Amino acid sequence: MGFLSGVKDSADKIKDSADGAKAIATGFAITFRHYAEQQLKLKPSLTIQYPEERREQYPRTRWRHALTRYENGLEKCIGCSLCAGACPARCINVVAADNTDENRVSPGERYASTYEINMLRCIFCGYCQDACPTGAIVLRKDFELASYTRADNLYTKEMLLEPSLSSLAEPGK
Amino acid sequence: MAKYTTEISLHDSGSPNPDFGPGSSPFVLARMEELVNWARRNSLWPLTFGLACCAIEMMASAATRFDLSRFGSEVFRASPRQADVMIVAGRVSTKMAPVLRQIYDQMPNPKWVISMGACASTGGVYNNYAILQGVDQIVPVDVYVPGCPPSPDALIYGIIKLQEKIKAQGSGKVIELGPLFQRPATNPVPGSK
Repeated sequence: MGFLSGVKDSADKIKDSADGAKAIATGFAITFRHYAEQQLKLKPSLTIQYPEERREQYPRTRWRHALTRYENGLEKCIGCSLCAGACPARCINVVAADNTDENRVSPGERYASTYEINMLRCIFCGYCQDACPTGAIVLRKDFELASYTRADNLYTKEMLLEPSLSSLAEPGK
Repeated sequence: MAKYTTEISLHDSGSPNPDFGPGSSPFVLARMEELVNWARRNSLWPLTFGLACCAIEMMASAATRFDLSRFGSEVFRASPRQADVMIVAGRVSTKMAPVLRQIYDQMPNPKWVISMGACASTGGVYNNYAILQGVDQIVPVDVYVPGCPPSPDALIYGIIKLQEKIKAQGSGKVIELGPLFQRPATNPVPGSK
């Protein structure tokens, strides 16, 4: 009797082991199927391989600011500081100066001699873009703004201003 | 065989311009240093310090679509003892500040800090008595990521910037630093004469 019960125990153990192995194989079959699908590119990968490929940003994405120009090269910004007034984070600093006939920067009476945006404080809400009467400041889609120091993210007018078409045509100038 | 006994210099953001290169470096074996930096920058385990909405984007960057594990940073640790980089995601209130500092002190060296978003970096729109105006007032920050909140790819760009910074440590390469932190003229780059 003892011998028979020992055989029965052994048979149960083997059956348990086989059941366990079957369960593991069933589980890993799913893993391997997904692995094979990804390796053989049977299904599109959900992951965006970011530094190599970029995702398409949504149409109304708001990121880095830019100061635009008219087609004749004059700056659109007239230094009215409405963007600074509309900014909820108070991160824009505009200092205006008068245009003269010798030094004409923008079509109006005044232009922005200083235009600074603290990108770290900016929340990219786009209120400056909405407030601008001439459409000078726009928010582009460049999101790679991380920096090593706090001072690096104080964007000056030279950094924000887009180059004029004439300077693009003649890089020497 | 030379035994590697020199103390590995610990990163200190308070002195953002360390003396790189063989002239002033405390290292005996330069290749060993590169190996250490390689290991460090490719297994940056973040400490979860989600304080506000930025944490949602931080979680999204670890999820399938952006997959932070491609950079070895998927293991978000709740314990500071097992973390390498603290991602401060969200506004830090003055009440939270001592807690954050204590957790930073509990992290083992070497450790880094990423300040994620406008609130953690400068206070953002919350310019008031309750919110710390920049987490760099209590901990040294290595990388600032602007945005409100930064999208997952913007955060990943910040992590790549941090990896570049770690790669440049002690290797003689000088990473691009801001205009306020340019190398002074009395301390020229070794080898450049």
